[in-house]
Amino acid sequence: MPETAEALADTQFEFITFSAGGQNYCLEITQIREIRRWTPVTALPHTPTDVLGVMNLRGAVIPIFDLSARFGLGKTPANERNVVIVAAVEGTTIGLLVESVSEILSVEKSAIQETPDIKSEATRHSIRGMISVDETMVRVVNLDAVLEHSAGVAQ
Amino acid sequence: MSMNSIRDTFFEECEELLEALVEGLSQMEEASDDMEVINAVFRSVHSIKGGAGAFALDRLVNFAHTFETVMDKVRDRELAVDEKLMALFHRSGDQLSDLVASARDGTDLDPSAETAIVKELESYLGSDAAAEEFSFDAVTLDFDGPAAIEIPDIDISDVGEAADTETEYCFEIQFKPERTLYENGHEPLLLFDALAELGELKVEADLSNLPSFDSFDPNDAVIAWSMSLKTTESETTIQEVFEFVDGLCDLSISLSSETSPAPKAEEVAEEPEPEPASSEEPPKAEEVPSPPSADVASVAPAPAAPVPSPKEETPAPTAAPNMAAAAPKEARGPKPTLRVDLDRVDRLINTVGELIINQAMISQRIEELDLPTVAHLTNELEAYKLLARDIQEGVMAIRAQPVKPLFQRMSRIVREASDATHKKAKLVTVGDSTEVDKTVIERLADPLTHMIRNAVDHGLETAEIREAAGKDAVGTIRLSAAHRSGSVFIEISDDGAGLNRDRILAKAIEKNLVSPEVELSEPEIDNLLFLPGFSTAGQVSNLSGRGVGMDVVKNAVQALGGRVSITSTPGKGTTFTIVLPLTLAVMDGFVISVGNQTMVIPISSILETIRPNAKDIHVVGTDSQVVSVRGAYVPIVDVADSLGLTEEERKERNGILLLVATESQDLTALRVSAIHDQRQVVIKSLESNYTAIPGVSAATILGDGKIALILDPEELIKLAHSNPLDPFGQNTNMELRHA
Amino acid sequence: MTTKVLAIDDSRTIRNLLRVSLESAGFEFHSACDGQEGVEVFPDVDPDVVITDINMPKMDGFGVIDNLRSGPNRTNVPILVLTTESSDDLKARARTAGATGWIVKPFDDTSLVSVLRRLTGHVS
Repeated sequence: MPETAEALADTQFEFITFSAGGQNYCLEITQIREIRRWTPVTALPHTPTDVLGVMNLRGAVIPIFDLSARFGLGKTPANERNVVIVAAVEGTTIGLLVESVSEILSVEKSAIQETPDIKSEATRHSIRGMISVDETMVRVVNLDAVLEHSAGVAQ
Repeated sequence: MSMNSIRDTFFEECEELLEALVEGLSQMEEASDDMEVINAVFRSVHSIKGGAGAFALDRLVNFAHTFETVMDKVRDRELAVDEKLMALFHRSGDQLSDLVASARDGTDLDPSAETAIVKELESYLGSDAAAEEFSFDAVTLDFDGPAAIEIPDIDISDVGEAADTETEYCFEIQFKPERTLYENGHEPLLLFDALAELGELKVEADLSNLPSFDSFDPNDAVIAWSMSLKTTESETTIQEVFEFVDGLCDLSISLSSETSPAPKAEEVAEEPEPEPASSEEPPKAEEVPSPPSADVASVAPAPAAPVPSPKEETPAPTAAPNMAAAAPKEARGPKPTLRVDLDRVDRLINTVGELIINQAMISQRIEELDLPTVAHLTNELEAYKLLARDIQEGVMAIRAQPVKPLFQRMSRIVREASDATHKKAKLVTVGDSTEVDKTVIERLADPLTHMIRNAVDHGLETAEIREAAGKDAVGTIRLSAAHRSGSVFIEISDDGAGLNRDRILAKAIEKNLVSPEVELSEPEIDNLLFLPGFSTAGQVSNLSGRGVGMDVVKNAVQALGGRVSITSTPGKGTTFTIVLPLTLAVMDGFVISVGNQTMVIPISSILETIRPNAKDIHVVGTDSQVVSVRGAYVPIVDVADSLGLTEEERKERNGILLLVATESQDLTALRVSAIHDQRQVVIKSLESNYTAIPGVSAATILGDGKIALILDPEELIKLAHSNPLDPFGQNTNMELRHA
Repeated sequence: MTTKVLAIDDSRTIRNLLRVSLESAGFEFHSACDGQEGVEVFPDVDPDVVITDINMPKMDGFGVIDNLRSGPNRTNVPILVLTTESSDDLKARARTAGATGWIVKPFDDTSLVSVLRRLTGHVS
């Protein structure tokens, strides 16, 4: 269910903001299952570099993506503050490696703007909208796009 | 419970009923006069009809009705079952199954087959076909009570209009229950309540028949009632109140002269006799001669001796009333079962998988502690391990189901295939009760169907050729299942002509699947059938054609962790053997290293492990290697190469060789870095959250909580394109896994 | 006091349909999947009314009626026969056997409930 900014329910939304590839991103809190410290993963053969491998999440095997690499911003440098954001979309659970998690953001629906018609098609597709917070721009990650991409890699 | 979920259970139940039907029909083949069997078949069709009626699935109801009517004639011994009728019953069962599927999925079904079968079925009903049809149509009419039958010509206008114009009439009702009325569970007071709902009711009890106190039997019906009812309802409505007690009482209903025009009163009074059995008789004939006086005094029709009808010889109730109390519960019928939501079972299986992993983790942690030998702890730990395994086996057994329903479906495939190819064939099944994981059964249906069709289409000869060869004109397809050494073996064999190897080879060369120079052994030629794009039929027949080849069968079986092989003897027939793991949830594996990564490889695929001497390894061409194993050269596939590991992920190049047998060639040696352990691992799908990865069949979780990939040897070998000895290398690619 | 119904039918679909119709009409619903089970559970359920199918394995509807009327259970509770066959001789047979009433499948909720109320005096 690809949601556009308008399709989101009204009133308050809560987002968790984080940084990946030096940029600010956020995900709606309802899509996030948990946030974990980075632990080594099991690498998968025949996968692109943004697929770090798979991790054991209480018995389930979930793939971990390097979000920075996925968005073409280079591999995430190893760091004490690195975390994995575990998110779920339509029954699929994935992990996203990000540089660090910042804060919880509570905004009105009206504060979420359409993605401006800039940059590449791929980038525009991976972002659902933008929120401006204290003159910085936070991008709302489109999880569907991350997943679509993942389904495509091994074909 | 919503209407939708009731509908779902209806279709689930239909599946069971259809299974019972197929089973019953095949039992009828053996003993066509076994009443138990015939009754069971009848009931299956009947129950489908009953449920379908509730969902207004008219087409299904109508077909089931015709089928059931013929079945009923067999039940009543009016119709003898011969080979032709038996075949018709099978086709009717198939048709019923199609109609159920079409109703369930909302798909269209070409009516031509149905029309033909109905016509044939009706031919057995002879001249009463029309009558039966009529009585069936009457179902809905009859529901409204006797109204449709009992309103004769002119009187209706007065009473009917009276109701329409809200005119109030006063009816006199005489009601004298018989003893049976009470015995049948009726309560006069409730009838009065029902009457009181229609209008203003006055009831007077007539106690004149009360016996003296001494001889009073409380079960005797001695009280009569006189009632007067002021109502705007019609007489028919009043009669409906008494519908069920008809015949269990003296009843008269008459329009009182107070409210009714005098000349009409008599006529109305003539007609109160409820006539539940009159649908087959013209009502007028009854009315004219009946003297009004007699009606008023005592209207006691004898419904217990109803209109003579050809249906009178319905079988007598078979029940023995005292059986229930006498028979101990466990001494009868099938074992009690419990219906459980599959999700719950799967959650349980998952949790038990976690338990096994947890147990492995605890063992590993304790080992790491390097404690002084504490015998108790070791023993307890061992006991824990065994208990966990027991629980796991028990839970797995819940998912196991007999292959019987799957095999039963195949008898239809054989029938259809032999019809389509004008061959004669019968199916023999062995090991019906063999239990296999539910998912395996579901996913075997398509490959098995295909193989059975192939066996009839390509395996069996025509009746003439068979007879000329001194064989039974009717070919036999044998389908068997058995558990052997921790695996499930399913064999599909025919007693046909065997594979025509010259033709297969010629075809493979023609299709460029194999080089003409290559010398192939007989099993190798047979295995060419499994190559993608191979089709044995000189022309693609409409039966096993459709561009689907045995490669699809092979892929489906491999996706289940199994393998398929062929043996064939000229003139004697061909056998396909499918070997499957008992369960999809766990397997025995070697824990190995490939470079710096820990992985698991299924033990079942490994024939032998070899720690080679350098002198046994020879380089062929630029970088391909072979190892000599007891004098034979076996190609080496480096697993790290197949998986595309980077140099930094590798340690050494010698390692250990795992000898595996593949379908396409005899032996291959897989090179890995080391073997650590042999253990049962819980299989975790990679596809549920990610996607399939070439060379990897699944993942598992090791004792330290880390994920290890489970390798797929067959795929790894295919990935090794560089292997010059693989004659099929360029034709096999990993895309097949997704087919 | 809720009215207890014991429905005896070998079709799960019909049992489900009856359950939904009757529970929503305020009846307490119990069921058995063949005649044998029906007469076995009868004393425990102690229903105010019994609904039974005719065509069933092990013990058919007539067997049930016979058992309840003259067998060990011996009761006068109303017994409603549920049947796809509407022939009058079947009704007559049912009545002779001791059935209180009948209803023809496919039944509609309203008629079923009104018949049951008529036989039991149950008011929702």
